Amino acid sequence: MKVSMTVNGKAASADVEPRTLLVEYLRDHLELTGTHVGCDTGQCGACTVHLDGRAVKACSVLAGQAEGAEVTTIEGLANGSEELHPMQAAFREYHGLQCGFCTPGMVMAAVDLVKTHPGASDETIREQLEGNICRCTGYENIVRAVKAGAASMGGQ
Amino acid sequence: MAYADEKAFSPSRRRFLQGAGAAGAGLVIGFHWTLGLPRVFAASANGPEDFVPNAFVRIAPDDSVTVISKHIEFGQGTYTGLATILAEELDADWSSVRVESAPANAALYGNALLGGIQGTGGSTAIANSWEQLRQAGATARAMLVAAAAERWGVSAGELEVSSGTVSHAGSGRRASFGELAEAAATQPVPEKVALKDPSEFKLIGTRVGRVDSAEKSNGKAQFTLDIYLPDMLTAVLLRPPRFGATVKSYDDSAARKVRGVVDVVETPRGIAVLATGFWPAKKGRDSLEVEWDESKAEKRGSAALYAEYAELAKEPGLAAKRVGDADKALNEASQVVEAEYRFPFLAHAPMEPLDAVIRRRGEGYEIWAGSQIPTIDQGAAANALGVKPEQIAIHTLYAGGSFGRRATPTGDVVFEVASILKAHGGGRPIKLVWTREDDIQGGRYRPMYVHRLRGGLDADGKPLVWHQRIVGQSIMKELGAVPESGVDPSSVEGAENLPYAFDHLAVDLHNTEVGVPPLWWRSVGHTHTAYSTETFIDELAHAAGEDPVALRRRMLQDHPRHLGVLELAAKKAGWGEPVPEGRARGVAVHKSFGSYVAEIVEVSKGEEGLPKVHRVVCAVDCGVAVNPHNIAAQMESGIGFGLGAALYDEVVLEDGRPQQENFDTYLPTRLTDMPEVEVHIVDSAEAPTGVGEPGTPPIAPAVANAWFALTGERVRQLPFKRARENV
Repeated sequence: MKVSMTVNGKAASADVEPRTLLVEYLRDHLELTGTHVGCDTGQCGACTVHLDGRAVKACSVLAGQAEGAEVTTIEGLANGSEELHPMQAAFREYHGLQCGFCTPGMVMAAVDLVKTHPGASDETIREQLEGNICRCTGYENIVRAVKAGAASMGGQ
Repeated sequence: MAYADEKAFSPSRRRFLQGAGAAGAGLVIGFHWTLGLPRVFAASANGPEDFVPNAFVRIAPDDSVTVISKHIEFGQGTYTGLATILAEELDADWSSVRVESAPANAALYGNALLGGIQGTGGSTAIANSWEQLRQAGATARAMLVAAAAERWGVSAGELEVSSGTVSHAGSGRRASFGELAEAAATQPVPEKVALKDPSEFKLIGTRVGRVDSAEKSNGKAQFTLDIYLPDMLTAVLLRPPRFGATVKSYDDSAARKVRGVVDVVETPRGIAVLATGFWPAKKGRDSLEVEWDESKAEKRGSAALYAEYAELAKEPGLAAKRVGDADKALNEASQVVEAEYRFPFLAHAPMEPLDAVIRRRGEGYEIWAGSQIPTIDQGAAANALGVKPEQIAIHTLYAGGSFGRRATPTGDVVFEVASILKAHGGGRPIKLVWTREDDIQGGRYRPMYVHRLRGGLDADGKPLVWHQRIVGQSIMKELGAVPESGVDPSSVEGAENLPYAFDHLAVDLHNTEVGVPPLWWRSVGHTHTAYSTETFIDELAHAAGEDPVALRRRMLQDHPRHLGVLELAAKKAGWGEPVPEGRARGVAVHKSFGSYVAEIVEVSKGEEGLPKVHRVVCAVDCGVAVNPHNIAAQMESGIGFGLGAALYDEVVLEDGRPQQENFDTYLPTRLTDMPEVEVHIVDSAEAPTGVGEPGTPPIAPAVANAWFALTGERVRQLPFKRARENV
């Protein structure tokens, strides 16, 4: 089947098997390998991307379900003029990562969090990002990074 | 090279790796690698005008300073730490520093603390590189200075170096490293260079930014999973459902009908399905029908193993340590305290499950992997393919965590991918992917252990005898690295060197034979010995009617660095001061991998009858703090990792089959579990020791001790979840 969508601002289309997952489409067909796979079962959040502006786990969505949609991945988060999106810059500045494998999903989930919960408290951040697993950091610097990223996004 | 604390490094692992190193000694790769995959390796080519004074640094005309890391970066901050050491002596501009992975070449990149083979483990990366990289940086600096002196006709002694620039105050002349690179390359390599006094350090001891954090934030960092080569096949492997089983026969007719499946092959590790992508490969695997020969398979379950171990723990074992006469002293003690502890199989569950990519290249092969021990991986691939190790080249990529999992003694994932290529033939590159289920059910666990402890107190209530028996699988046996005594040091580390002053002490070991492949898991033996020793000393303090910190302080008088972290943590945590209502405090102090860590926690009663940990105060003494920020990050990391295992994690075998599969049943620490953590670093001039592992051992016993203080209940089986269900 043919799927067409806008990925990181560009039109993309391909012939894929009907059962193709969005994450598979992004990685295997579009070579957007920043979206990682950690469990294939929607539990770890490493594959989180934005689908029409909202965070979804791309291993739990079929490519066909994104037909006509706007998809943003970690590679497309920063706008053209900036090296890093403010949330990415905060993860760099606050060392909100170690091995880095969960980071793209964590950043995408955090950007969504700022939109849905402007001015989120520490507790809200912890609850809202609970679906994203990190095995390295102990999460402390992730929470610091998300707060700083939220502040520099101006709650947007 | 001499180290301040030679004992710091796990003797067991060092011995093993010496053994392994003997087989691969003197490996030098004949390949030239400048043409690899453009995205991966284009940057690694030395330019004709680059200054390459040694194997660890390259300075280019554009001022970039590239540090070559012989250690893998899987999150622990090694790239940043190693670059900091070299850049310090070089006086480089930190913003110009990059890091690249070294190729597999044990002659150049061996780890002195792992017997000279190339590998990362035992929290040795910084310690074994400390002198080496200081020398490498200082040598490069001296050659840059010599080049500038020659160009300007002044003496080297009149020149200053700062932030990547050589300057001459008298004439005001300045030149960047890049401007001097070509000329520096023609200077003789000095035989001896002066190293800085620590008081002159500008980078070491400060907060420098991670070198890998920008590319890990924007998706550009490349992991093995992210390697896509032209025409590449993806493979998944069906491994036996019970450890030790082999393929008897199989029917792949349905698998071969799956669209996208290219081949199905038998390998020594199971049946591999090769396909045009991961999902068809997995679907093909799900369609396989295999009859297994389970005659040699491990069929016991965890419950049966615990029962066997508990019986063994009642009998004397191999003597790991003897001080005085513990048996006699126990008989004569006024009061005897006894406890049995149970520790489950643990999976490592790094965020990126195992994977590796291989392709044929000329007369050899090249492999992309998160290669933790390149020397072993090289040998494993060569063995599978029937070629020489030097025909195997390895690109070590960023790896999504390890915690020990990528350091297998048989180079598991690399052996598998090489075996699949061998069986399939053909010229297409192959990527082998483990699913999360493969990861949780694939063995190489932290083995199960049972400990039995008895402690005796004298008539005054003073503890004077410690008697410990440890029962479990030897991790080192497979490596032929267990000494003649039969005592695997990695089974007893942290117990046989108990720091507390006892007149009588005995530590015994029973090695058990179990068909589940074992592996070191972040902090190895300390994962269980810290728990049993630090909770049992707490039990003795309670029996003696003494405050847990006061008793430790009294019995650690001959161990100033243990005492140092204990006192610092106690002070910062407000030990002895009132605790917020509904909470209690617990303490643990433990040395591992040369570093000393004390943790004091505050817990309350949480959900499902489990402790809720609110606060952890951690004090660490790891010698010179190369990067305080990363040390704090590693302590937080070790605490988070250890807490999940303490509360939730176990792989349970039923009739030999692992019952957990994915993150729904093998529960990692989640954001809502994580307490507030404060880390305090002891100021020290000792040579630096590891920080990757030492934060982990104290957290579980500290929580258990706090739980006792809160509830009066001793938890002697991990995880807490299991122990609480048994209540």
